[in-house]
Amino acid sequence: MPSTANLALRVEGLRKHYGDVRAVDGVDIAVPPGECFGLLGPNGAGKTTTIEVCEGLLTPDAGIVELLGLRWDHDEHELRERLGIQLQETQLAEKLTVEETVRLFRSFYAKGRPVDDVIRVVQLDEKRDARVGKLSGGQKQRLALACAIVGDPDLIFLDEPTTGLDPQSRRQLWDLITDFKRLGRTIILTTHYMDEAEILCDRVAIVDHGKVIALGTPLQLIASLGAEHVVKFAVVQGSPTLDEATLGSLDGVRVARAVAGEYELQVGALHQTVPALLAFLASRQLELAQLTTHSATLEDVFVSLTGRQLRDE
Amino acid sequence: MSEQRGNNPLLQLVLVRFREYLREPEALFWSFGFPILLAIGLGIAFRSKPPDVAHVAVVSGSAKSGPYLEALKRDRGLAVEELPADSARVALRTGRVAVVLTPNADGGVAYEYDDTRPDARTAKLLANDALQRGEGRQDVVGASDRFVREAGSRYIDFVVPGLLGMTIMGGGIWGLGFSIVDQRRKRLLKRLVATPMSRAQYLASYVVSRFVLLTIEAVVLIGASVLLFKIPMRSSWLSIAAIVVISALAFGGLGLLIAARSQTIEGVSGLMNLCMLPMWVLSGVFFSSENFPRAVQPFIKALPLTATNDALRASMLRGVPFAALWPQLGVLALWMIICFGIALKIFRWR
Ligand SMILES: Nc1ncnc2c1ncn2[C@@H]1O[C@H](COP(=O)(O)OP(=O)(O)OP(=O)(O)O)[C@@H](O)[C@H]1O
Ligand SMILES: [Mg+2]
Repeated sequence: MPSTANLALRVEGLRKHYGDVRAVDGVDIAVPPGECFGLLGPNGAGKTTTIEVCEGLLTPDAGIVELLGLRWDHDEHELRERLGIQLQETQLAEKLTVEETVRLFRSFYAKGRPVDDVIRVVQLDEKRDARVGKLSGGQKQRLALACAIVGDPDLIFLDEPTTGLDPQSRRQLWDLITDFKRLGRTIILTTHYMDEAEILCDRVAIVDHGKVIALGTPLQLIASLGAEHVVKFAVVQGSPTLDEATLGSLDGVRVARAVAGEYELQVGALHQTVPALLAFLASRQLELAQLTTHSATLEDVFVSLTGRQLRDE
Repeated sequence: MSEQRGNNPLLQLVLVRFREYLREPEALFWSFGFPILLAIGLGIAFRSKPPDVAHVAVVSGSAKSGPYLEALKRDRGLAVEELPADSARVALRTGRVAVVLTPNADGGVAYEYDDTRPDARTAKLLANDALQRGEGRQDVVGASDRFVREAGSRYIDFVVPGLLGMTIMGGGIWGLGFSIVDQRRKRLLKRLVATPMSRAQYLASYVVSRFVLLTIEAVVLIGASVLLFKIPMRSSWLSIAAIVVISALAFGGLGLLIAARSQTIEGVSGLMNLCMLPMWVLSGVFFSSENFPRAVQPFIKALPLTATNDALRASMLRGVPFAALWPQLGVLALWMIICFGIALKIFRWR
């Protein structure tokens, strides 16, 4: 970890409570310059609250927030000049055109990128004279991104930049964020898509109930499961319940657990475990209802840490 | 190069105000069309008519009916008709005639009319006068008439300054309230605050755009009234403009205060109506606020719209000098200072 002096973002002991709700409950984050850092967590985990405290839009109940070596209480104006922000829910003025909107945001910054460049970068050239109210969801998100980067920020916050978009629009936004990363700028983003975190983020903090429950590169986190694959299966209804311990003793199984009527096995090697599982079921005269396998993902990390799914699908 | 030119944040914010306004056709109608249509409607309803004629019925069937009828017809202020006795009574009861004149057998006449109605009493006096002269009465004192019909005392003269006051109030309160709360509701305000945008410039953009729009609104309304209705302008344009500006600032402050914390359009609409409804009724837009009981007059005089309307009327219709309007201007200045002061303190930027 680099010394604290040149961190792009340093958060220590951050707390923010709303009555009984501990939205953020003791969060520590350190992000070096040039990193793309992700906050991954389910709805209500406290991602937005954390990020908005960092953005100086909410005041924390306790804790330290330092960005680019600056603090909100005495360097507010400089920070505003150097940050780019996309909020989770902003409806930009519907009656303005794309170009007018970007030009408005550009005018607030002393230094920044030319309006035309930014519109080209987010691929809204064809829509530059279209009213914001007439844009699609993906185009609106790209416009929001344009407004976030038009001040040529050193540190950019993106709160769920792709939520609610179709796969194609999401991929388009990922490309834009990746391009921005290549410029060497620091990005903090929140998401509840594990694939997004795996693809975009250098490091990920998994957040739940206002706490960071795991931190590392996506690969480190997945490796921490000690399992490369996940086997999910279910037996036909009416069969007796299977014992987690018994399943855990099958060949190659690291962890076994029952989740919502299904069984989930984290395994090292499929070729060992799958035959062993089938043999075991046959010996008990149980019939398989379904069987799937996949490589372990951040989703599995989350499930293994909390016993819950990241998203309620 | 064009980058540089278009890069002033205040200019950009003001442009946004105008764009949002001009791209909303309804807003244009409510601020220009409506006051003028209202003025035209009221102007037609209350236009100055030639003096009313008094309707008189002469009961037929008497030898004198004919000559009396002729005598009355010579007075152009009277509309006379000859009717049988029973139809004449019906006409009197339904108000079609104000007086029924019945020649008596002895050569005298009897008048029937409602003595509680001023117009009936006038009609009787006119009819009697015409009759007596027709029969040869001479005036003892020679008299002549000179008619004075003064602009400035008609209903339309009264109502135009009221409409102007109402336009200033609506512009300040609606113009600021809806726009600001809509931006807060959509989190656009929060997004703007997350940039280096100067909050003072954000608010200034409303002041600038309101002034430009108000200038146009006021010129259109006053211009139309002067051209169409010959409304008098007995003070300098400068002092009328100064009253408009001070009023606009007072209502702008009120609008800002109303919009300071609301997070929903419903919430802010309620507050706006709560503020504006009493003023529409009490502040003398359509009828004089003097009609309300003496006890509530101090309260009414303290309302900003009353101050605006009183100052505009005094200035436009009576030519009262600007300095003599200090009580009204003082009320407006006080509203402005208090509203802006509180609004800036409690304004919710997020
Ligand atoms: N203004 C507020 N008043 C009261 N409670 C709040 C407020 N803002 C957030 N919370 C609560 O704090 C918790 C964290 O909310 P937050 O918005 O930070 O979650 P999130 O991780 O961003 O969720 P999502 O993925 O849905 O955006 C939630 O339980 C939420 O209900
Ligand atoms: Mg959120």
